[in-house]
Amino acid sequence: MEDYSREDEGCPQLLDLIAKGGEWVGIRAVERSHGISEEKKLELRLAPPGGEWSFEESNTTISRERNGLFSLGPCPQNTVLKPPSPWQHLQTSYLHPVRRESSQLCSNRAAAETKAFSAANTAMHNTAQKRTAPATVVGWPPIRSFRKNIASGSFSKQASDSPDVAPSKVSTVEKSSRTPFVKINMDGVPIGRKVDLKSYNTYEKLSFAVDELFRGLLAVQKKSCSGGIKDEGDGVEKIGGLLDGSGEYTLVYEDHEGDRMLVGDVPWHMFVSTVKRLRVLKTSELSALSRGPKQGKIAMNN
Amino acid sequence: MCLFQFQSVMNYFPEEVLEHVFDFLTSHRDRNTVSLVCKSWYSVERFSREKVFIGNCYAVNPERLIARFPRLRSLTLKGKPHFADFNLVPDGWGGHVYPWIEAMAKSGINLEELKLKRMVVSDESLELLAKSFPNFKSLVLVSCEGFTTVGLAAIASNCRFLRELDLQENEVDDLKGKWLSCFPESCTSLVSLNFACLKGEVNVVALERLVARCPNLRSLRLNHTVPLEVLQKILVRAPQLSDLGTGSFTHDPDSETFIKLKNAMKNCHSIRSLSGFLDVNGRCLPAIYPICISLTSLNLSYAPGIFSNELIKLICHCKKIERLWILDTIGDKGLGVVANTCKELQELRVFPSDLYGVGNTAVTEEGLVAISAGCPKLNSILYFCQQMTNAALITVAKNCPNFIRFRLCTLDPIVPDAVTNQPLDEGFGAIVQSCKRLTRLSVSGLLTDQVFLYIGMYAEQLEMLSIAFAGDSDKGMLYVLNGCKKLKKLEIRDSPFGNMALLSDMGKYETMRSLWMSSCEVTLGGCKTLAEKMPWLNVEIINEHEAGEGEGEASCDDRHRVEKMYLYRTLVGPRKDAPDFVWTL
Repeated sequence: MEDYSREDEGCPQLLDLIAKGGEWVGIRAVERSHGISEEKKLELRLAPPGGEWSFEESNTTISRERNGLFSLGPCPQNTVLKPPSPWQHLQTSYLHPVRRESSQLCSNRAAAETKAFSAANTAMHNTAQKRTAPATVVGWPPIRSFRKNIASGSFSKQASDSPDVAPSKVSTVEKSSRTPFVKINMDGVPIGRKVDLKSYNTYEKLSFAVDELFRGLLAVQKKSCSGGIKDEGDGVEKIGGLLDGSGEYTLVYEDHEGDRMLVGDVPWHMFVSTVKRLRVLKTSELSALSRGPKQGKIAMNN
Repeated sequence: MCLFQFQSVMNYFPEEVLEHVFDFLTSHRDRNTVSLVCKSWYSVERFSREKVFIGNCYAVNPERLIARFPRLRSLTLKGKPHFADFNLVPDGWGGHVYPWIEAMAKSGINLEELKLKRMVVSDESLELLAKSFPNFKSLVLVSCEGFTTVGLAAIASNCRFLRELDLQENEVDDLKGKWLSCFPESCTSLVSLNFACLKGEVNVVALERLVARCPNLRSLRLNHTVPLEVLQKILVRAPQLSDLGTGSFTHDPDSETFIKLKNAMKNCHSIRSLSGFLDVNGRCLPAIYPICISLTSLNLSYAPGIFSNELIKLICHCKKIERLWILDTIGDKGLGVVANTCKELQELRVFPSDLYGVGNTAVTEEGLVAISAGCPKLNSILYFCQQMTNAALITVAKNCPNFIRFRLCTLDPIVPDAVTNQPLDEGFGAIVQSCKRLTRLSVSGLLTDQVFLYIGMYAEQLEMLSIAFAGDSDKGMLYVLNGCKKLKKLEIRDSPFGNMALLSDMGKYETMRSLWMSSCEVTLGGCKTLAEKMPWLNVEIINEHEAGEGEGEASCDDRHRVEKMYLYRTLVGPRKDAPDFVWTL
């Protein structure tokens, strides 16, 4: 949506300002009591400033996210007393930028901290402005849950385009907020399918359906790839072990926040309400992904 | 003539005359004012008052209400603080209506109307309500929770003269009971029925029959489970409707049903207000074109599936619209069309459609400027936008000096001016300076103390102010508290205002209904000081952590910042129904 290259430009300047420390820190120091050294607080890492926070703590915050402990306020006091410091909330709220771009995280944080400093930090404001992740702060934007549920069924790219597409496609998409027809793609198969999640009520049934949908397609792919040398006839392999990691393929999904998640963790009805699309990945590829930057997120959500 | 003489003259009027004069005073504010004139006016007024408005249910209690207004027939109560709408108030906070209903039932109050906002309404409350007041006529629940379709069934079954059942955006547990079928055959008095927020299916046959036997039905809002076929049949039965909320609005546009619907719509000459479209196929929209020309109110904000150009085509028909609620899928271009078409527009609300950054274009300052330029009667706006500029706000202020409500919400809470990167202080300053009748303001974007200086200086009529992620220091809050003489509700989140601002003018809070501060700089010590000095205030701290955590000296550390504080004036002291996580200091 926004110009990401501008964001990257903004970030080095941002780092400079933080590293300089002096002017910025001086002003803030008057206003607050610090328990932790300024440098430590400002040092860039994938966690809120202040030394004490761990992922475990932020996990509990995630679960209490609804209760709105969010604040983009000043640095925490050096205390383990409750209520928790505001930066704890930032940790939770910036899970997305953490996963995607650490530069985004630093721009978010700095933007929050420097909200009071107008002209001096135009570079930071630039990055703050170009930040594209909405809804990363609890209770913001201030709309009722009722509306959030409607908005999460929004039809992204289609909304501002001409709708002179096949009407059936239109009505299918629109129905997706009520009847969850979700796309499902499989590694190695160029053509996707659609499943109506309403017709299943357990993960097992879904897994079975995936097998039914793709078994044939996968076989065709394999056949054409191998040049038709191996004639497997009708003995096509079943696609199994989708849910427990034991098979060649694993089922993952993309939720309403755009994150990739392993299928099977949450109760079925919760899954249905947050799933936006499904993917059948090769299990080997999954472990490769796990070693990458997404590891933290996957670990946290298991 | 001095006041004393005037009073003596007035006292020669028999009470009946005074009462008759007071009958002309409908606003509760006017009636409150006349009660203050003298004892006899107070007395006459209280015996003749039938409608009471209580903006904070904890400011008084049921006993006092009943003692003062024994002839009470219509009660409006509001419970939770406004920020509860955005999940900032934990479940179980309070706002229960049961004690009120119980007290009124016991005292023989002849209750006919009950309107509740942000309250917890249990099925028991609804059952008690339904059985205790034989003349009960109107129930309006807005943003409430705690009840199920069982409670609704009780209302339907027992309220013989029910005229209005209006459920707006409530959290209702739909137990798939047959509440709608509970309206007896003898119920023919319905004027208004709104169940759009219910999630479950209703008995459509019962619905059609209910509509058929209620000739006075003017307002009907269906939920998304009611299919288009049923809507068509209902419209045939009730062409006199003036307010319609469609259920599902999706069907094959070439089908016979759809053609029948179009014809039925053409026959509905009275529809002035349209909403719903909870599930919509854009190709079905042309069915409503015939009624668009007479519409004064249109709410499409629950329909993300309508594309921008379909919206625009629709809007072109709506020349008399006064109130428009839409999603930002309309885009700046669409708002330009609104500006050119809707010259009677008074209230506009543009809601965000894309909360998860999937890539929708939202609206920007351009759309707002276009509206302000094209719609001379605009006086109320709620605008969720991607970005804003000072220049745009200044232009809007010049174009529309008549704003009563101005609520701007940037999707990024601290985004600066999109062009200059400056804070948006000047823009909002222009708004408050130009709009002398502004009573409600919400600010957002990058803001310093300066904006509050402007607000304090110029916003003389301001009654409600919402602040988030704004300001630099206590001065900001002080400007507001010192300047806005008519301030009633102040809600602040994530802003650096602390004890100095909180405690500088403690008497101010007795002139206000309530103050909410969350994630600010106020400490426990500051709140305690305030609570000590001001016995007529309840200062409540919401502490969401489990009991046992941080106990002992930790939880009593006065230097500790308070996460959420809600204070309000009250005549009845600390409330007795506060849950564990709410401390009243």
